[in-house]
Amino acid sequence: MRTRLPFLLSAMALSMTQLALAQDGCQTLPKTVEAGSAFSIQCPGSGKVALYIVGLGQVLRRDVELGGATFFAAGSLYEAGHYLAFLSGASSTETGSFDVVPATKPANLSFLAKPSRLPVGLHNGITGAVYVFDAYRNLISAPTPVSFELSNPSGTVQKRIVATRDGAAWTAMDSTAQQGTDRFLARVDEISSARVIGQVPGDPCELKMSARQSGQAIQLVTDPVRDCNGNAVPDGTIVTFTETYSGNLSTVDVPLKHGIAEVQMAGHNGAIISVASGVVLGNQIRWEK
Amino acid sequence: MLRSLLFGCTVFVAASAMDFAQATVRVEPTNLQGPRPLPEQTGKAAIRDYLESWQSLRAALEQNRADLLDPAFVGTARDKLTETIQQQAALGIRTRYQDSAHDIQIVFYSPEGLSIELTDRVDYDVQVLDRDGVKTTQHIGARYVIVLTPAEVRWRVRVFQAALN
Repeated sequence: MRTRLPFLLSAMALSMTQLALAQDGCQTLPKTVEAGSAFSIQCPGSGKVALYIVGLGQVLRRDVELGGATFFAAGSLYEAGHYLAFLSGASSTETGSFDVVPATKPANLSFLAKPSRLPVGLHNGITGAVYVFDAYRNLISAPTPVSFELSNPSGTVQKRIVATRDGAAWTAMDSTAQQGTDRFLARVDEISSARVIGQVPGDPCELKMSARQSGQAIQLVTDPVRDCNGNAVPDGTIVTFTETYSGNLSTVDVPLKHGIAEVQMAGHNGAIISVASGVVLGNQIRWEK
Repeated sequence: MLRSLLFGCTVFVAASAMDFAQATVRVEPTNLQGPRPLPEQTGKAAIRDYLESWQSLRAALEQNRADLLDPAFVGTARDKLTETIQQQAALGIRTRYQDSAHDIQIVFYSPEGLSIELTDRVDYDVQVLDRDGVKTTQHIGARYVIVLTPAEVRWRVRVFQAALN
């Protein structure tokens, strides 16, 4: 049971698309209608019937007078997809189909950016993916250039332009050397969507401590702790001091405060004192009273 | 290349829980854009969940029950199908969608792993019914673009849209 109804699609004034129902010698569908645009369907013959337009996105019904044109105002059919059109009530039900395609003008971006926070200096550490939609939430599958921009407060900007494929585009950016709050922007024409990316210092790069006598004990203090790009490692980062003497081990964890870690230890004669933070090892001191 | 081989030219049959109709399914080699490798299990799960979504779609549109969409659809796709069901009910019609063949390709796995995009060249029959019976039947071959996003235990269809070939 497969009936094809020939349609005639002819251009109308005022940018209207006209779909004309079958008559001998008419051209056939499929043709396309842009989502949300006005169009009309002409139904040859005589008498009153119902015209149905049925798709997964919308279902419409119009009472039509055969022999005239049925007008669909702008905004009446707006969901992109494949649609059946058929007459009901006529001597025979005739069926045709056509496509509603997304509007060409983007109106919405779905922008996924990850992560929201990461260490400085990571190659391709920030990724963004975009889906481009029209005003009716139809995915615009035609290739569309998307501009991605990652900017930080110092004015450094990374920019990429990527064309969508099947409505999607993605990019990867490097986190910059400077800590701070970056702005990650995706833009298509005048439509943009922004995300905030926090760039935090990386692991300590070089850890150096010094020691001095303090009564019977030893006072240990690090130099200001920085990552490999010179950013101050945040306060609260744990620094571990270890004293090894005569087969014994003494360990103290100290959080950074004002950029340095400071502690007092027993300071046994001949002890080896080391400092570390995470997997980063600092210098060693052999303590001789 | 490995992941392409994993999915390459897999042909199997999707059984419908509703009426035991079967659709042939062909999975094309993955043509992935994006930096994130797609684990084989993830790709299979996404395709399985997408195919199951046709069962939800079929039942919901045939019974005019939007709640039947819930397991498989979310967001825009669910909203649009719900609107369609409401329009069908208002007009006193139902539609019966019967998919007979799928030719699926995974085309995008987003870098953060929160979406998978498929294309599907699908053949299906659609019948429009009212209280008097079938008003019309048509066979359709169309290319669909589908975006799936992860839910608690499965992938759900967030975008479901026929596109021009």
